[in-house]
Amino acid sequence: METLDPVLAAHPFLQGLDPRHLKVIGECASKVNFNAGEFLFREQDEATNFYLINHGRVAVEIFRARRGPVNVQTLREGEAVGWLWFGKPYHWHFDARAVQLTRALALDVKSLMERCDQDQQLGYELMKRYAHMLAVQFRVAILQLGDMYG
Amino acid sequence: MLNQLTDPMLPTPYRVLKVGRETKDTFTLTLAPVQGGRGLSFAPGQFNMLYIFGVGEVPISISGDPDRTEKLVHTVRAVGAVSRAICGLKKGDTLGVRGPYGVPWPVKAAPGFDVLVIAGGLGLAPLRPAIYHLLNRRPEYGNLELIYGARTPEDLVYYRELSRWRGRFDFRVHGTVDAAKNDWRGNVGVVTNLVSRARFDPEQTMALVCGPGVMMRFTVQELVNRGLKLENIYVSLERNMKCGLGLCGHCQLGPFFVCKDGPVFPYDRVRDWFLMREV
Repeated sequence: METLDPVLAAHPFLQGLDPRHLKVIGECASKVNFNAGEFLFREQDEATNFYLINHGRVAVEIFRARRGPVNVQTLREGEAVGWLWFGKPYHWHFDARAVQLTRALALDVKSLMERCDQDQQLGYELMKRYAHMLAVQFRVAILQLGDMYG
Repeated sequence: MLNQLTDPMLPTPYRVLKVGRETKDTFTLTLAPVQGGRGLSFAPGQFNMLYIFGVGEVPISISGDPDRTEKLVHTVRAVGAVSRAICGLKKGDTLGVRGPYGVPWPVKAAPGFDVLVIAGGLGLAPLRPAIYHLLNRRPEYGNLELIYGARTPEDLVYYRELSRWRGRFDFRVHGTVDAAKNDWRGNVGVVTNLVSRARFDPEQTMALVCGPGVMMRFTVQELVNRGLKLENIYVSLERNMKCGLGLCGHCQLGPFFVCKDGPVFPYDRVRDWFLMREV
């Protein structure tokens, strides 16, 4: 059976994780492909997966009634999509659409959370990475709000 | 310029050869001396004082190729009375030019280095001559990358040239905008985020940064996080320059006159003043 461990280990979000933890995460992971224009998820959908992009680009969009979709961020290989694990119910707040053919690893959030509860060392390692990602996203959002070019 | 040997405040008349629209409020003007001659020699990063007779004078960076001095190129955004008048000029109109002034980008000290050119908005205009210089002497430099950010795709200047540069195998170009419609296939995100994608050897890299103050501040932070030395980071500062000669004091920033001691500074030299909110 194909193991995802090497692919997981190579992704920057999971780099440096203990192989034992990678194996556990691998049990929650599956490879997914999205064609250009295809949605990874849409606003209000249940957030069942967390995506690690291996190839391609994903646009995070907000849909506005009169202007249509507005692209507020592009994510690409090495980055993660989805950061809504803290607030139940887990629903997406934005749309995410593949700009080009995109290959990713989909991590089943529910199953991953259960494993994190069972192994708190794994939970801590993942939350450290997750918190870092949130901090970066927060900084980016503030800079965008500040309108640097205004 | 002969005029400036006799009176440095006396502008030389230039004629508009061409006006190109970059964005809704930004135009690139190609100029040549009314009296003919061999044009104006300048170094990348220098600026001229452009004078609209009867309206006023403003400092504008030179944005053309320093190796092709027969024509003078300026990119201007219409933001005030004078710049609006400049943007309203048509082919055949005349304006006055004084310059070039200021300390240029240190491209002549960069051979052997990787060079990162980082621009925000119209900050690409004063960096374009540096890019021309680097590309005209490409073998002398290591890895060469441009990181360019703007508010929206419609605000990107030199769009066709950016596409041409992207097609080169020896020059990596990263572009980003803060927001876009969903037909935009480029990157969306802040320009500082792209620094992490650049390839360079921190020990031997020179960064040339120009854009709004807040963009430069956060970009410098990212560069320092990537291990770049402060003395190898250069920023171009904007102040209210009037005389261009360091006489009037309008552009004073602490101990510096930006028109004469800058506008390009090594970051370690101006860091304290750059971060000081009161000046």
